[in-house]
Parts: sequence; structure tokens; C-alpha cells
Amino acid sequence: MSAPANDSQDYVGFDTITQQMERKFLKRGFNFNVILVGESGMGKSTLVNSIFSSHLVDSQGRRTAQEVIRKTTEISPVTQTLEENGVRVRLTIIDTPGFGDQCNNEGCWVPVIKYIKDQHAAYLERELKPQRDRVINDTRVHACLYFLNPGSRGLRPLDVEVLKRLTEVTNVIPVIAKSDSMTVEERTAFKRRIKEELVFHRIAVYPYPSEEDCDEDRALNSSIRDLVPFAVVGSEEIIDVNGTPVRGRRHGWGVINIFDETHSDFVHLRNFMLRTHLSDLIEVTSQRHYEQFRTSQLRQIKELRAQQAAAAASGGIMGSMPQQVPPQVPAVHQPMA
Amino acid sequence: MAPSAPSINSTMSSRMATARPSSYRHKSEKRGMTYNIMLVGQAGLGRRTFLNTLCERAVIASPDAPNPETANVADPMKFDTYEVAMEEEGTRISLTVIDTPGFGDGLDNTSCFKQLQDYIEAQFDEVLVEESRVKRNRRYRDHRIHVLVYFIAPTGHSLRELDIELIRRLGEYVNIIPVIGRADSFTVEELDAFRANVMRDIVYYKLPVYNFCWDETDSEALVENREIMDHIPFSVVTCDEVFDNEYGSVRIRRYPWGTIEIDDEAQCDFALLRYILLNSHIADLINYTEDMLYENYRTKKLEVGGYGENDEEEDDDEEDQALGAAKKQE
Repeated sequence: MSAPANDSQDYVGFDTITQQMERKFLKRGFNFNVILVGESGMGKSTLVNSIFSSHLVDSQGRRTAQEVIRKTTEISPVTQTLEENGVRVRLTIIDTPGFGDQCNNEGCWVPVIKYIKDQHAAYLERELKPQRDRVINDTRVHACLYFLNPGSRGLRPLDVEVLKRLTEVTNVIPVIAKSDSMTVEERTAFKRRIKEELVFHRIAVYPYPSEEDCDEDRALNSSIRDLVPFAVVGSEEIIDVNGTPVRGRRHGWGVINIFDETHSDFVHLRNFMLRTHLSDLIEVTSQRHYEQFRTSQLRQIKELRAQQAAAAASGGIMGSMPQQVPPQVPAVHQPMA
Repeated sequence: MAPSAPSINSTMSSRMATARPSSYRHKSEKRGMTYNIMLVGQAGLGRRTFLNTLCERAVIASPDAPNPETANVADPMKFDTYEVAMEEEGTRISLTVIDTPGFGDGLDNTSCFKQLQDYIEAQFDEVLVEESRVKRNRRYRDHRIHVLVYFIAPTGHSLRELDIELIRRLGEYVNIIPVIGRADSFTVEELDAFRANVMRDIVYYKLPVYNFCWDETDSEALVENREIMDHIPFSVVTCDEVFDNEYGSVRIRRYPWGTIEIDDEAQCDFALLRYILLNSHIADLINYTEDMLYENYRTKKLEVGGYGENDEEEDDDEEDQALGAAKKQE
């Protein structure tokens, strides 16, 4: 620990707490969990691999005729540890192959919502244990990238159903991944329409406005909200453009550079998710979504106990003690469809 | 609507287009060949702009921005009919295009296939009825679908359940030509890989897409048709912008990283597909519909007991059986 600067006798030195916290943080590392929701072929795997600049997930799309066509949404988490400048992140990407891929997509969101709620439930259970772990392994979903279909004129019925439910349990960031088939005008019109529809259906996507925000934060958040949904192009390939290596896509009519802001919002999305709002995503998950879940669960447990107490009191002539019900979080937790 | 010849004669006439006596040709050229195309595909794959680009005019206007309230309401599938008088290389075509907005856009799309099948069968039934009339309607217009252009999403993987089901169910009633909508989202390598995946699926699931090589008698055409089949599914990019340069007007799609020319065969198959649909294969598509698809349907329908010669006898038999069954129950 570096000695506090002892310039004057009035200097107290509590400002070094940031460095103390940083040291602890560096030692411990942190968890970041992202779920990808969208039909197959929307570019989910490529985008996530582009954002983190490494091949984290394989595309789960069906590429051979012999593979069986999925009938339900599967949940497929993949965890890797990445390190940058001494900071370690345990990154879990949860893919959802099969989502939205059937002729009948009623209820295809149920496994996704259940997974997210199960992580909240698991965290609550560990929190309520008499002997708690010093640091609970956080598997709660911190961000959900929701993939919109480029070309549709706005939200589809499936999008509305799913987004309503997703935004209640996690931070949702809508993106258009294969946006290189949209012209600039189409993109602008599409974004405008999506924003109107989100407002109309009262679907609250991340970032949420907050009174705590200072002017700077508010300005940043509002510029981010202007961009939503992010029209991005992902690529795992480095191509050669006149001697310069460019991460992008080569079409017969031009080369797309995913880092070029006129070509796609990729840079904005990455900076937003990782460079400016990463800790906020984690914090908001804990303070907003997890708290909501926790409140409703504990309330249910309380009501259950009250009912049992009332039943025991009215039924027991001997006046036996009502059974102590331990917090059975998984039992009470009903995955809401 | 101009009067049309009874169905049998029109089959022969389209086959012998160049050999008709001059007076007959003059008549049919005046009224134009009856040709019906159906477009099927999910929203956002470019059906509407495809039609406009195909006909080189705004057949379907861009709809006004609808209200946000209608976003999550899945419209049931509709059949929108557009009639366009076309002239291709001297031949007049009385083209009808049926668009099917709403297909595959709802949460549960399983009823779409039956609706499409019913629609196509209804057109066959009309002809069936018309053929067996004692006094034929001279103004009768043939509404049978000669080709169904099916738009596949450019996922980069393989066919989706919706695609497989559609082709499987409708292939015996209509010529299906699969195309890739929004194909400009693929690079050349990705397009080739996707095409290969789709073709593997078509073979594996035995999907009845239109076989360009069905007529094996014409060996010259067979070579050309085999080459055409290499392009299946056809990559389609459509435009709403026409750019005038020193060489004339060019149809383009403009991106920040470049401009794609719709009619450039190196960049997409639109020009080829257009030529196939409106020029080179129009007769083949109509003939196959009339000689094979319709005839198969007709045979099946008559065997079941529709409008056949043994109609009266069969009806009597059925009546007797029904009476017998009723008596037994009493």
C-alpha cells in the first residue's frame, strides 16, 4: 500500500480509498454475465465475439442437413476468464439457440425468463443462508442483448411479447446485428419506429433514467438512448484494405469497417457496454432487478408463513407451535410465463 | 378482361407460340399472356420492393408509417392482388401478382400453410368447374398460380422449419422458386456457403422445389437449365432508387461503403431471375402448372368423387350407404 501523500498536517488521506478498493478488486476479479436473445442467423455469436475481440462462443445455427432442427429454446452458457491490464473478468455468455426459430413460437421465451429468474433465486438462496459465503459467485444476468430483425418495419409481435417480459427481469439492450443490409435511410427510419413502439408499449430498455445522474451522466445516457437500437455489424475477420488490416466485411461493392462510425454503431455499443456502463450494468442488476425479485419472493414467503400459522392456530386444539418454514426459495419461485 | 381460350387449347398454344397462324397470334398478343405469380415470405425480406423492381414501376406503394399500436398485433395473412400489364421483348403479359403479407409474422404460424394451400386449390377448382360447364364462360380468366417465389431469410445457416414446411406442403400444387431476400447482407463466400447449405437441405428433406430440368426432351435447354439450377436459391437485392448517370439509369442501393447495382449479374441474381420469370421460362412455368400440377390435382379430385363421369353413380352409392347406416342405427 502506497503511503498517503503527507503534504500538510491537515491532509487526512481518505481519498486513497479508491486505490484500496482497486487493489481488492484487482485481486478478486469480477463476474459479467450476458445473455443473447434472438432468432438464429441474426449474428449473435459474431457480434459477441467482436465486442470482446476473441472467439468466445460458437454459432449454434444448424449448418448440416443431418442436424436435428431444434424444437425448443435451449439455454447454453459458456464461461471464460479474460484478463486485461491485470483486471480479470469471469465472462459468461448465455446463448439461446432455438429461440424464435419454430413455426409456432408461443412460449419460446419461457426458458429464457426462467433462466434469468433462477439466477436471482440462486443468489437469494445463498444470501439467506445462515453461513454465507464471503463473496457470493454472481451468476445473475447483467445484460441482455436483444436482436431485432433488420428489414422488418418495426417490432414484431414476438419482439413485443418477449421484450415486455425481459425488461422486467434484466437490463435489455436492443441491437440490430446484421445491419449491413440496411441503407442509412432505412436504418434511421427503423430506429425511429422502434423507439416509438417501445414508448407505446412501455417497454423500458437500458439505460434507465435516474435522479441520481449528474448532468454529464444524463447527457451521456440521452445520447445513448438516441442510438437505440444499436445498428451494428460484427466481424471476426481481419481483411486487408490497401495494406491496412481492417476488422470488417468485404462485399463485392465495398468494404465495411466495423469500427467506422459511419458504417455501424459497433464502437458506440462496445464503449457503452464495456467502457462507460459496465459497472452500472452490474449495479443496476443488483439494485433494481434483483431487489424486485427479492422483495416479491420474501413477500411470498412471509404470506406463506402467515397462512400456515393461521391454519395451525385454527386447526391445533392443543395450540401446537406453527412449523418453522425455512426459506425455500426454489419452491416458492414460480417461473412466470 | 379479354376472353380467353379454353384451357386445353391455351396449353398447346403457348407451346407452339412461334408456330401459330398469324391471325391467332395477333389475337393473343393483343390480350396478353395470362400469368400469375405469388410472392411468399416473412416481412422484411423485400417482397414488396421485389415486385416493384420486377415490374419497373411502383406497383405497391410504400405504406404510410402505421401506428405503434399495431406493432404487436399480428395481422392474419392476406392475399393482395395486383394486376400489371407488362411487355417483355414484344410479348404482352397480363401479369397478376399475389402478395401474401402476414405470412410467418405471427407468434403461431402453423395455419399459414393451410391458408395458402386452400387458396391455390381454389384456383384449380375454379378451372375444374369451368372446364366441365356445358356453356363455357368466354370471359373466363385463369387464376391458377404459375409460380410461387419464396423468400428465404439470409441467416447463413440452413433452412428454417417454416421454410421446410412451406415447400414441403405446397410443392405439389405450385412451382416454387426459392430466393434469398436481402442477399446483400452476405459476402460472396457466405452466399456460396449458404446456397450449399440450402441445397443440401433441399436434397435431404426431398423438398419439391421447381425443377427447371423437368422437360428432358430439349437437350439444349437442359444444359442451360442445369446452369440455372446452380443459382438456386437465387440471391435477390432490390432497390427503390434509380440513379441517372451518363450511361442511362442504373438501379442501385447505396451504402456508406459502396453502391450495389441491382442489375449487375456479378453482384446478385436479380437480373437472371427476372429474365427467367418474365422471358425465358414463362412458357415452361405455365406449361408445368397446367400439364402436370393441375392435371395431378384434377385426377386426385375426380378419384375422390368430385366432378367425374361416374359422378351420378357414385352419388347414388354414397346415398345408399348413408341410408343403410342410418337404418342400422335406428
